[in-house]
Amino acid sequence: MLNKYPLWKYLLVIFVVAICALYASPNLYGEDYAVQISAGRNATVDTGLLDQVRTELQQSEVETKSVSLEQDQILVRLKTGEDQLVVKEVLEKNLGGDYVVALNLAPATPDWLQTLGASPMKLGLDLRGGVHFLMEVDMNAAVNRAFEQMEDDFRNSLREERLRYRRVEQLSESVEIQFRDQETLDQAIGFLEDNNPGLLFSDEGNLVVRATLSEQRLREIREYALKQNITIMRNRVNQLGVAEPVIQRQGSDRIVVQLPGIQDTARAKEILNATATLQFRLVDLDHDVRDAVEGRVPPGSQLLMDRQGQPQLLQNRIMLTGDHIVDASSSFDEYGRPQVNIKLDSEGGTKMSNSTKDNIGKPMATVFIEYKPTAEKNKDGKTVFEKQEEVINVATIQARLGNSFRITGIDSPAEAQNLSLLLRAGALVAPIQIVEERTVGPSLGQENIDLGMQAIIWGLILILAFMPIYYRKFGLVANAALLVNLVMIVGVMSMIPGATLTLPGMAGIVLTVGMAVDANVLIFERIREELRDGRSPQQAIHHGYDSALSTIADANITTLIAALILFAVGSGPVKGFSITLAIGIMTSMFTAIVGTRAIVNSVWGGKRLKTLSI
Amino acid sequence: MRIFDFDKEVRFMSLRLPALIFSTILIVGSIVSLAINQLNWGLDFTGGTVIEVGYQQPAKLEQVRQQLNDVGFGDAVVQNFGSSEDVLIRLAPREGVKADTLGDQVLAALRSAGEQVDMRRIEFVGPQVGDELTEQGGLAMLVALICILMYVAMRFEWRFGLGSVAALIHDVIITLGLFSVLQLEFDLTVLAALLAVIGYSLNDTIVVMDRIRENFRKLRKGEPEEIINVSLTQTMSRTIITSGTTILVLLALFFKGGALIHGFATALLFGIFVGTYSSIYVASSVALLLGISKEDLMPTEVEKEGADQEPLV
Repeated sequence: MLNKYPLWKYLLVIFVVAICALYASPNLYGEDYAVQISAGRNATVDTGLLDQVRTELQQSEVETKSVSLEQDQILVRLKTGEDQLVVKEVLEKNLGGDYVVALNLAPATPDWLQTLGASPMKLGLDLRGGVHFLMEVDMNAAVNRAFEQMEDDFRNSLREERLRYRRVEQLSESVEIQFRDQETLDQAIGFLEDNNPGLLFSDEGNLVVRATLSEQRLREIREYALKQNITIMRNRVNQLGVAEPVIQRQGSDRIVVQLPGIQDTARAKEILNATATLQFRLVDLDHDVRDAVEGRVPPGSQLLMDRQGQPQLLQNRIMLTGDHIVDASSSFDEYGRPQVNIKLDSEGGTKMSNSTKDNIGKPMATVFIEYKPTAEKNKDGKTVFEKQEEVINVATIQARLGNSFRITGIDSPAEAQNLSLLLRAGALVAPIQIVEERTVGPSLGQENIDLGMQAIIWGLILILAFMPIYYRKFGLVANAALLVNLVMIVGVMSMIPGATLTLPGMAGIVLTVGMAVDANVLIFERIREELRDGRSPQQAIHHGYDSALSTIADANITTLIAALILFAVGSGPVKGFSITLAIGIMTSMFTAIVGTRAIVNSVWGGKRLKTLSI
Repeated sequence: MRIFDFDKEVRFMSLRLPALIFSTILIVGSIVSLAINQLNWGLDFTGGTVIEVGYQQPAKLEQVRQQLNDVGFGDAVVQNFGSSEDVLIRLAPREGVKADTLGDQVLAALRSAGEQVDMRRIEFVGPQVGDELTEQGGLAMLVALICILMYVAMRFEWRFGLGSVAALIHDVIITLGLFSVLQLEFDLTVLAALLAVIGYSLNDTIVVMDRIRENFRKLRKGEPEEIINVSLTQTMSRTIITSGTTILVLLALFFKGGALIHGFATALLFGIFVGTYSSIYVASSVALLLGISKEDLMPTEVEKEGADQEPLV
């Protein structure tokens, strides 16, 4: 009954609190204004660029805190927000379009803390300002496109196999083929099944065969549509020059795009909804490229640059546009060299076949066209788009091409993958639509932080003032626990990589401040009761803590259940609240039970006491 | 310092009947209001667009309405938000217009007069997402109630479980009723607050139930009603202090947390009042009504609880 902890328990409490305090400390250092440079599609960030950036900055006479190369990005830390804008402008002008220059706030965490993996809490968009988009992929369009494709395919392949049919018709979720006799039908089923794995064929009687997509094939189509859209979004977001974008799938058909710090949402939406197309065109061999470079571009041709910056003279006539591309994937040919396989729809196949049959042996160029928004606006206030054309590949036509062909002679597997990605980007299988948007302007973000902080501080002051009045010295112990609890919440929030602090999250912290003292109130009331029942102070402390324990555990576990359900089911703002609430409950149990006991034991434990200051 | 000095038991349960009538009136009133007025569903659930803009001077709402009317947004709800410089514009989901561009159109219209208008916030929720959020919210509430019922039934006794869940439903309905009567906006944060109220109210109820269980075992004699009275009296001080501290911080949140968090703070403030009341009158009354008795609370397995956890402190 001496109320003494063994030494290890004191050490454990100190250790846990110290760790949390250590990981909470980066939040004290704040953030530096920074400009971040990352590579565009055709460039790399290396030490050469680092030197160039340093020189540019010296010339512009802006004072920098540091310039460093971190994870394929160059980070320039600056002293003021004005410098940030100046530097961005200077670098954008001098580095050219190959690099993305973005404004950022870089945590000013000291190096020794960084090596321990400590970093400040991540702030949600409602505190930082920025845009949150939830986009939905139109899966019906994707599936519908697959059926259209099937209809085309069946017509052509049956014709080629000389299997005569009466009609091929696309219904809502199937394609029906009617034949003229049973024999052809049987033959056709065998033939179609062999050539179309993933499709289900059934004899519907009346000489009709119905083709449907297998569950697995449907899943693949949806999965493909989603992934393709995510890839395209990534490409486009990179153009926006956002420091830390988030592009994630959500559920089976949605994509979350978060762009912190973006203020011009109209522009962001235009870029995200921008269209990209592809063209296949013949290289103009009748004229000299060098003449064209010097300004004498022959009529009927166009001079374009390829990705290495070499000029290419192309015929204006388009052999095929990208919307006929059904699929493009990278793989290896029989010699292990990278290649890109392209599949066209049947109309595209016919066009390709017609336009290549007389051009075997000639080079064919693939042109990628994007509409990039410019800083200009037209008189309606709409952003002016600039058409950007780029030759992404030149290959020699080896044979007459059909609806499935391949591009070989690609330098590296990475290049092949990139090319297939661009080819796919030129032909979106399923359009997307923004179904949710939340934009918070930067001024409101800062205001939210201030309001949240004020609420926390006021709540804290009220409780800190009340507790010693009501519970005297034990009230001070509870106050110490409360403050440590706050530090622990911040520490744990900073440690968990996925946790973001939001405005509702700050409300959660405020609520935790109020409820965290509950455990101490329970214990202290119990101690008072024991004292009234005539126990000695030491006994009262011991029994007070003991009998309050299971009550505290029960009460907190139920609140924790509510918080966890909120976390599991909730979205956005609700999640932010539930994270801080759950963390707060757990840390408050530690500080209120183990933490205060350690203080009480070390102050009052082991002494002969007549009265308690409670 | 002690404010509450209950040396003798307070006969809480003698007021059981009036309390029951009071609660019933509140619940019926809430349900009627919910049926007639319904809830003022926020953007998260209805879908639509909300634009918050900031002016340099106090905003002229009439002018804003006129500007919006001129570009075909006659149905827009325009109101001040938080301060006289801030204006909140609400647009219902509309057919035919690409919804995600509405916010930008509104901004363009407001800026057409050459005034400096700060974009503070644009929120757009598609109708489909709204439906899903409603569904998810209802589901969350249901799952929470079931999980809690299971936990309490496991840890205590089914009568207590039912009693505490009855108290929770009581709190939720009456808080919803308040939002319906006052037509306060019910958005996702309010839903979160409601679940926090569930957590808090339960917290309160469990403390009381815990004491009732303990006293049933400790006090060999005494009618259930008497024991509940003693337990409520003993825990009264704690109940009031904890509610008090929580209400203190919520007041800080209400007055300092800004307009965005108002609904949240309101729901919690009110919910805590109701939750405190219900843990005294609803939960215990229901347990008593269901015939809780000493024999029900005598299982031996639960008694070891404290002993198990002792090494922790």
